[in-house]
Amino acid sequence: MLQLLNIHKTFNPGTVNEKKALNGVSLDLAAGDFATIVGSNGAGKSTLFTAITGGFIPDEGSVILDGEDLTFLPEYRRSKTIGHLFQDPLRGTAPHMTIEENLALAYLRAGTHQNAFFSRISRADKERFREHLALLDMGLEDRMKQPVGLLSGGQRQALTLLMATLVTPKLLLLDEHTAALDPATAEKVLELTKSIVAEKKITCLMVTHNMHQALTLGNRTLMMDSGRIVFDVKGDERRGMTVDDLLEKFRQNAGQALDNDRILLSKAEG
Amino acid sequence: MLASIFSLNVIQTALELGCIYALVALALFISYSTLNIADLSTDGCFILGCAVACRVAQTGHPLLALPAAMVAGVLSGFITAFLQTRLGVESIMAGIIVNTGLYTVNLAVMGFASNLSLLKADTLFTLGKQLLSPVLGSWYALAIAAAFVAVACALVVLFLGTRLGLSIRATGDNAEMVRASSINPAFTITVGLCVSGSLTALSGGLLAQYQKSADINTGTGMVTIALASLIIGETLLGRGGRAGMVRRVFGVVVGSCLYRFVVAVALRFNVPAAAMKLVSAIIVAVAISAPTIRQRVAFEKRRRAAKAARAAKTGKEAV
Repeated sequence: MLQLLNIHKTFNPGTVNEKKALNGVSLDLAAGDFATIVGSNGAGKSTLFTAITGGFIPDEGSVILDGEDLTFLPEYRRSKTIGHLFQDPLRGTAPHMTIEENLALAYLRAGTHQNAFFSRISRADKERFREHLALLDMGLEDRMKQPVGLLSGGQRQALTLLMATLVTPKLLLLDEHTAALDPATAEKVLELTKSIVAEKKITCLMVTHNMHQALTLGNRTLMMDSGRIVFDVKGDERRGMTVDDLLEKFRQNAGQALDNDRILLSKAEG
Repeated sequence: MLASIFSLNVIQTALELGCIYALVALALFISYSTLNIADLSTDGCFILGCAVACRVAQTGHPLLALPAAMVAGVLSGFITAFLQTRLGVESIMAGIIVNTGLYTVNLAVMGFASNLSLLKADTLFTLGKQLLSPVLGSWYALAIAAAFVAVACALVVLFLGTRLGLSIRATGDNAEMVRASSINPAFTITVGLCVSGSLTALSGGLLAQYQKSADINTGTGMVTIALASLIIGETLLGRGGRAGMVRRVFGVVVGSCLYRFVVAVALRFNVPAAAMKLVSAIIVAVAISAPTIRQRVAFEKRRRAAKAARAAKTGKEAV
């Protein structure tokens, strides 16, 4: 489904701030794959996502999704088939617009509405939005006329998730999308993610700092370091792995221990 | 004295001008309140509307003058948008550049004269007078201006409710989210500024026909005046997502009429016409800073109260 071929990206080349963010990343993700990505801060996880969504054009390499070369396609064209959630729950919604209006915008990604610039939100649309919102089980279906700015972070992230998957994307990118939420809400958003991804069979990449999650969610685990994928495990080998095995792998591949508090803490939880 | 200030005539003129200028405020409602862009080409665009409408009306087509002015406004808005979305010019700079350039363009449209007269030509209002004054008497001008504003407001409200309108609103709210909805923000900004340009120029076109003249200097400070109207309206009738779109747009018209009323009263008190720009600037400055001033006053009050309470308490303990 998703093919990344030898992607390189250097920020601020030729200056003291030069940073090789991606250093030859190649990845082949099969349709329906759900891969988790771990790695310490600055390993290039988010940069990899930005390369896929078109925030910048890589210095080298290409991005191919479902046989279509996206490498030089602008961001807004790619978003038709790629959903992207960030850690910050405020990034995915327009705060001064109502829930209903936000959903209507997300629904623009459906081809049928592409040219219907002057169409308005119909009763059928509202009914459809209401059904989808009810699935979130947050009572949002009765607040459709309220501005999104009034919702809590968790509610906004759940809404963003719904908006990203309202029109089924070919690829869903989750960049620590539950990290800024309280544990109970995080759990809830994660459950929603799992059920939506499973139901719609969406190919999915998810960055997490929770080692336990990295091994139990989805069917594949990737580890990144210094702009490269240093470890890639799936199938039986993955099923047999423990959090300690994963940390040990990291030590071997990166030549250093994981220095991130959050990772160590999440190890303790796992 | 008071009777003369609040005479029917004064109110009538204020409402007429208020309605005509409300279209500029409506334009800023789209560019400033909705898209979050301070479009400083408004002044030039307004005179462009005056100039184009004057030229077309002089040839004996006062009705055609308005669409012609609007097309000119769309072009002006398009250039401002093109500079900021495709060529990386900052939005404020784009407006200033276009505004400067428009000065020459406007002079050229006016045949390099600094003013044009419509005294000998038919205008929308002279035609309207013949048609409407048997029924409406001296209120015909207000009826014409109000009709234009009502139609423009209705169209703007309808437009902002469409998917394209929603995308434009979202662009000012969260451009990233617009991109994630497969819409190009460059496109929505362009459409928004074209619509706003056409409204500004329509206002200019109407004013030129109302006053039977166009002057190269009439537009100076138009941004400030329109902003004042917009802010008065938002302060009185609510702003942001909480107030409905109809209410917000209606507020813009109310604000514009109130502003004209304030000006009319000031003129009655023999404030020289040349001082009006300063009065406008002060109104805008006060209106924009009002929420902050109110907050500070409330804060000071609470601080004083807390201080007094503490003093009373320690006083009691000392006793």
